[in-house]
Amino acid sequence: MSDQVVMERNELNGLFTALQSQGYTIIGPTILDGAIVYDELASDKDLPEGWTDEQDGGIYRLKKRFDKALFGFVVGPYTWKRFLDPPEKRLWRAERDGKDFHIVPENETPPKYAFLGVRSCEIHAMAIQDRVFLQGEYHNTTYKSRRESALIIGVQCVQAGGTCFCVSMNTGPKALSGFDLALTEVIEENRHYFVVESGTIRGETIIAGLAVRPAKKTEVAEAEKRISHAAENMGRSLNTEGVRDLLVKNHDHARWDEVANRCLSCANCTMVCPTCFCSTVEDVTDITGEHAERWQKQDSCFTLDFSYLHGGSVRSSTRSRYRQWLTHKLATWIDQFDESGCTGCGRCITWCPVAIDLTEEVEAIRKSSSMESDPPIEKGKS
Amino acid sequence: MDTSNPMIPQPRKIKRVIRETHDTFTLCVEPETVELEKSFKPGQFNMLYAFGAGEVPISISGDPRKPDVWHHTIRDMGVVTRALTNLKAGDTVGVRGPFGSAWPVQESRGNDIVIIAGGIGLAPLRPAIYALLEERDQFGEIVLLYGARTQEDLLFTKEFERWRGKYGVQVRVTIDSAGRDWKGNVGVVTTLFPGVRFDPANSVAMICGPEVMMRFAVLELKNLGIEDRNIYVTMERNMKCAIGFCGHCQFGPSFICKDGPVFPFSEISPFFGIREI
Repeated sequence: MSDQVVMERNELNGLFTALQSQGYTIIGPTILDGAIVYDELASDKDLPEGWTDEQDGGIYRLKKRFDKALFGFVVGPYTWKRFLDPPEKRLWRAERDGKDFHIVPENETPPKYAFLGVRSCEIHAMAIQDRVFLQGEYHNTTYKSRRESALIIGVQCVQAGGTCFCVSMNTGPKALSGFDLALTEVIEENRHYFVVESGTIRGETIIAGLAVRPAKKTEVAEAEKRISHAAENMGRSLNTEGVRDLLVKNHDHARWDEVANRCLSCANCTMVCPTCFCSTVEDVTDITGEHAERWQKQDSCFTLDFSYLHGGSVRSSTRSRYRQWLTHKLATWIDQFDESGCTGCGRCITWCPVAIDLTEEVEAIRKSSSMESDPPIEKGKS
Repeated sequence: MDTSNPMIPQPRKIKRVIRETHDTFTLCVEPETVELEKSFKPGQFNMLYAFGAGEVPISISGDPRKPDVWHHTIRDMGVVTRALTNLKAGDTVGVRGPFGSAWPVQESRGNDIVIIAGGIGLAPLRPAIYALLEERDQFGEIVLLYGARTQEDLLFTKEFERWRGKYGVQVRVTIDSAGRDWKGNVGVVTTLFPGVRFDPANSVAMICGPEVMMRFAVLELKNLGIEDRNIYVTMERNMKCAIGFCGHCQFGPSFICKDGPVFPFSEISPFFGIREI
């Protein structure tokens, strides 16, 4: 939007104080239990300074860096969806009065969140969930109010993780829109600064209150160089050409059996996925039977109960559940929302306890697919 | 319904409970509004909430032109439907809806209509039958082929005579297993086709029943020459939210709750019959 500015490293805490004085709760990356997660930050001291993450299929570990980078890592097991649509929320309470009952809706005053350190793939994930929760006839009311009030401060990726493939999914590493502010961290021999770009009026207003100065061309070039470096070093890649038809047509492929032999059906991939949106509801009552509540909870298509119908589960095999997840994510999502459900963040690969890698699964199906000879299979239009 | 928060059920009074069979009953519920245009369309469903027990999707089985009461025909199958069984006239039930797509009644004017129902599958088709009979002269032959497990499981049998006599509907009934006193057909519903009159080239079929029954009914209709796009089926899957958010009811690319439950067969045929889809 406006010209880029430069903020020195030691001015970063000014951003924290500016946000806090405006009533924002700052959520950003911090170290918890040996992983970089998103949680409330009090100051820049809570950031994982000097840490990076090493990621591969089924592997995640933190390592010390040789510099004092604050955002020198990629994405961890948390996603922003836990703040936009909490994994557990009460929808309403019901009170019995005689033969009747009345319902008390849960009316939330949305928290005023500033998300700090949102990556390009995560900005795309939010846009994908927007389509699920906001584009139809009905809206997810919690998500809507939280999403509208949240301030998005992006961080451009200057390194790629071992399981990243945002370049394949066209979701990064550089965020072009969808943020209020975007920071690119630059560490040179004697300097540590951020190139800051605003994407909205809201972002510009915040910049106006910070100790910044216009960025020099060389500084912007340094930032761009680092983002390009990330783009060139993706740990994974996925050929998305024709992937919708590839998966839908190969619903009977032997590879589903093969992957089912490894898959534990543990649901980790769906829990860490930034776009997986499935939920269930639980009805509870107290011991008097006068008071009831309904809770909505994050759910996963990997559970047996998920497809329960008339005394049994439709998807009783792991094969069918893995197929449902992967086919939905990469194929039928396109039918439903006109875009892929995958951002290439790589979380499902990293956090799979047996290192199942969707890029590898798609490639295996592609290599041995007989789809050329098959008749077209499309969602029919009547 | 309050569309600003579609997850909140509206407590509604039960006007009447009709016992239909040994395990099936109809809850007649007072809707929020009696305006005809805000009423339901044949084929749509409501989410019914039994206090403290939970919520289930139940199709609306009554007359769409009588918007002062919504009928829900329910089989006692699980925890929530059991809790609904225990409700009586004057009690309160939570209602969200109506949701979903409708049978193509007006769209089928000028055609013969073939309705095929299995068991409780007749419930979501009954509003379509009422709507068809309301403008009987707009349609050619109307055929109802209805199958159930036993004589005791047949629904709405009292209405069959009126549909036959007053409206000339070809009602054919069959059951899977019969006692000594049963003088009708025995066998699967597709055995009822021989002898019914309709013109396959100008017919619209509407089917609701177990998936296996629908599969064979579709095969039979196609053999007779009805095109996929003129065959409508209603699908069922686990459902929590009814508005496309919970993900449970996905069937290939379709959400049963918002794209269905009524689909032209041509829309779902690529996925119909795939095991564990």
